[in-house]
Amino acid sequence: MAAAPERVSDIEARGDTMGASVDLQREFAEAGVGSVLEELDRDLVGLAPVKRRIREIAALLLVERARKKLGLAHETPTLHMSFTGNPGTGKTTVAVRMADLLHRLGYVRKGHLVSVTRDDLVGQYIGHTAPKTKEVLRKAMGGVLFIDEAYYLYRAENERDYGQEAIEILLQAMENQREDLVVILAGYADRMDRFFGSNPGFRSRIAHHIDFPDYSNEELLLIAGRMLERQSYRLSPAGREALSRYIAHRRQLPHFANARSIRNALDRARLRQANRLFESAQQPLTADALSIIDAPDILASRVFALPVAPSTREPSR
Amino acid sequence: MRITQGCFSFLPDLTDEQIRKQVEYCLKKGWAISLEFTDDPHPRNSFWEMWGLPMFDLKDAAGVMNELASCRKIYGDRYVRLSAFDASHGWESVRISFIVNRPKEEPGFALERTEGKGRNVVYTTRAYAAGRPEGKRYD
Repeated sequence: MAAAPERVSDIEARGDTMGASVDLQREFAEAGVGSVLEELDRDLVGLAPVKRRIREIAALLLVERARKKLGLAHETPTLHMSFTGNPGTGKTTVAVRMADLLHRLGYVRKGHLVSVTRDDLVGQYIGHTAPKTKEVLRKAMGGVLFIDEAYYLYRAENERDYGQEAIEILLQAMENQREDLVVILAGYADRMDRFFGSNPGFRSRIAHHIDFPDYSNEELLLIAGRMLERQSYRLSPAGREALSRYIAHRRQLPHFANARSIRNALDRARLRQANRLFESAQQPLTADALSIIDAPDILASRVFALPVAPSTREPSR
Repeated sequence: MRITQGCFSFLPDLTDEQIRKQVEYCLKKGWAISLEFTDDPHPRNSFWEMWGLPMFDLKDAAGVMNELASCRKIYGDRYVRLSAFDASHGWESVRISFIVNRPKEEPGFALERTEGKGRNVVYTTRAYAAGRPEGKRYD
């Protein structure tokens, strides 16, 4: 747990404003930022641009904090962010890490993440929206408010949509309660762009736009390995080969959701593995047999039978 | 006459910073905080009106302090109290309650004596403020 940041007034009282120095490396170590970044590097596969941006943000915040300690002019930096990317690229996961990071740096007091969608913010009748949005904001105070698929808040086709009311309250909170709350908006890149286009208030209040790239096939295979590891399963060599073919094939089908698609595929593979063991096992099974996902478990997927859609994202090999 | 009731009634009124710390304490204990207001100062008045619903699942005092600020903006001339409800088994009751806002001037109470049968005296306290209609008592 990070120590509470020292108050500026305490330091000014000592009267050593300009002569004092700050050891950034020590600050870095003391705040525990390094461990969060390391965890981020270790636990999350790929996402190099995202990790780079987070490092930059962490550095900025650390320097801001050091400046504050030395009594230099500073304002609370705007920390609201937008995460854009295709489904299953780790936006929520990174948001949780971000909340932890901001907490360690002392920019949010509690460091919890409140994850909401349109349903949690927008009411169903007149006068329902404001209390609902305000309640969510109250719960998120001292932490991070993560609004998934934020563009649904704004419905251009219906000008009397209650989403507009929620947007206004959010904007007000983002402006006036910057010390209490960090808002992260997330969603698909193209729709977010349109959303920001029609709500310029949001764009100007958001300091960091982070784009989440799609995972490559190798990264997805790595992710699959880690997901299975967490559940004490593993792939046989043939199973690994089958999965890598599955990933290449699945990517070209519609509704591909990166890591989420892989997770679902693995869930189904476990189902098939259980079924296979149940039907074929003659003698008692070893722990090894129970934890190996083999090629047939994956190759039985209907994905292999589906024709590849004409609008492929990647050139087929 | 300064009305006191609830927790900290022997202390001077808490500052906002002190209120915030009390709220942090309540949240740490997992209690739900609610705000109530009234303009009837009588100590036996149990009909305080709620300022919104009790606030559940908060993590930080900022949410409560914002609600308190907006309550004061509208009912700054009334009594406002903050209570924390403990929902855990065996308690299920208010654990702490204290006044966080009061009218600028509190006219106090009149003591009325009614002489009954056999010169038996019955005492009643009546708030001077309560003589005026609701909502106009501390204008």
